[in-house]
Parts: sequence; structure tokens; C-alpha cells
Amino acid sequence: MGITEQRVSYTLDSTLQTVDSAEEKATRIATELGFSDDEIMQISMAVREAAVNAVLHGNAYAPDKKVTLSFERTPENLVITICDQGAGMDLGRIPNPLAPENLLKTSGRGIFLMRSFMDVVEIRPSHTGTELKMIKHVHGPSAGDKEASQ
Amino acid sequence: MSMKISTRQVDGVTIVDCSGRITLGEGSVTLRDTVRDLLSKGNKKIILNLADVNYIDSSGIGELVSAFTTTKNQNGELKLLKLTKKVNDLLQITKLYTVFDVKDDETAAVKSFK
Repeated sequence: MGITEQRVSYTLDSTLQTVDSAEEKATRIATELGFSDDEIMQISMAVREAAVNAVLHGNAYAPDKKVTLSFERTPENLVITICDQGAGMDLGRIPNPLAPENLLKTSGRGIFLMRSFMDVVEIRPSHTGTELKMIKHVHGPSAGDKEASQ
Repeated sequence: MSMKISTRQVDGVTIVDCSGRITLGEGSVTLRDTVRDLLSKGNKKIILNLADVNYIDSSGIGELVSAFTTTKNQNGELKLLKLTKKVNDLLQITKLYTVFDVKDDETAAVKSFK
């Protein structure tokens, strides 16, 4: 993807390789768009976590189910969308990983990290899959100014 | 870069030198197998030296937690040594920095075991 292109999308298999590939694509695109080193790391990790969710929890490695990943550059934002073809997640059952009773759990931090690293995270589950949209402002606000997001 | 692990003994403490990435898949499995192998052989004073770990994802964080709790459940102790800024930041935002015993100096870390 060149900087002048506005949107690029990929259809990927439900494999661990997809997780690495999604991260690499995010790193490359964020670098091309001129984000800082810290922002590049944050974007890459958020995309990796989203890909893990799509491959493992959404599609459950099913070979007939795909993950679609898209990057869109607007004047103000990098918009990243990841969709799976799973059964959809129950947003009400996402635990708070910072709660004392959850601190020593070995999983459940992916969405928290996405929300920590991106300016907006929107999750739209349905019975035909989950769409996860993440936005990073090109000149992002400080962490304290983050928008409320679902 | 995948994860590489080597172990060494210093004054009765096992230091696990990790390098590369602790992420979903090979990296996490390697760490898990190493810690379980050490515990099964009676090595219950463990330091994970993360000085050369340049990347860790939520699965890797989970493996650190698993290593910590598995060791503790077997009456052992597991400490972390020399976190990179990235790993340090991740443990801060996940509030795990307060859970782990994190050291910066190897000699002091070895001496800190009971």
C-alpha cells in the first residue's frame, strides 16, 4: 500500500500465520503513514490482538472461515477493520482484566490492550461474525483525552 | 524473530535467559515448557531474564502469569529481571507490575530469594 492510496483490504485464512501477517501489515502501513515509533508499536499490537481474537475466538481456526482486514486512511485517522465469520461474541461477558479477581488470569487482556492503544475501538458482534473497528488519530490526542468507546 | 531460551544456575537459583518475542504460538509454548521442566526437576527458584525480549503480546503476558502462578503453586518463587521499556509499560498498564517481583540487577535478584 502506498501512502497515496486511501484503502486496502486483505482476506486471510484462519491461521496463526494470519496473526503475524496482520501485525506485519499494520507495522508497515503505520510506518508509511508517519506515526511515531510508540504509535507504530501500539497500532501493531492492537491489530495483532484483534487478529488473535478473529482467528482463535471468532473463526476457531476453521479452514472455511476467513478473516478480512482493512486499513483506511482519512485526513484525520487511520481506520482499521477486522471481521471474522464466527458466532459473535457476548460483549457483556468480557471481563475487566484489571479487577483484582482477574489479575492472575492467563487470558482476557486482548480487548483491553486494543482499547489502551487505540483512540476508538468499536465492536459489532452478530450471529454471522464480529466486526471490530479501531481508529488511531493521525495526530492523536493524549491518553487522557481518549474518546469514550465501546 | 522467534523466542530463544537458555538456562543457567547461580547460587541455587535458575536464571532463564529469554530473547526474542513471547507471543501466541511457539514463543509462549517454549516458555511454558521450560518453566514446567524446571519445576519438575525441583528447580523452584526461578528468574526470567527478559532483557532481550523485545516484544510480548497478551498471550505472552498470560504465559508470564501462568509461569508465576504455576511456580507459586509448587511452593516456588519466580521473579522477573531486566524488563525492556515495552514489557515494563505493558506490565504497568495491565497492573501486573505489582504482582510480579521485578528486579533490575541480577546479583540482587539472586540474593533476594529466601
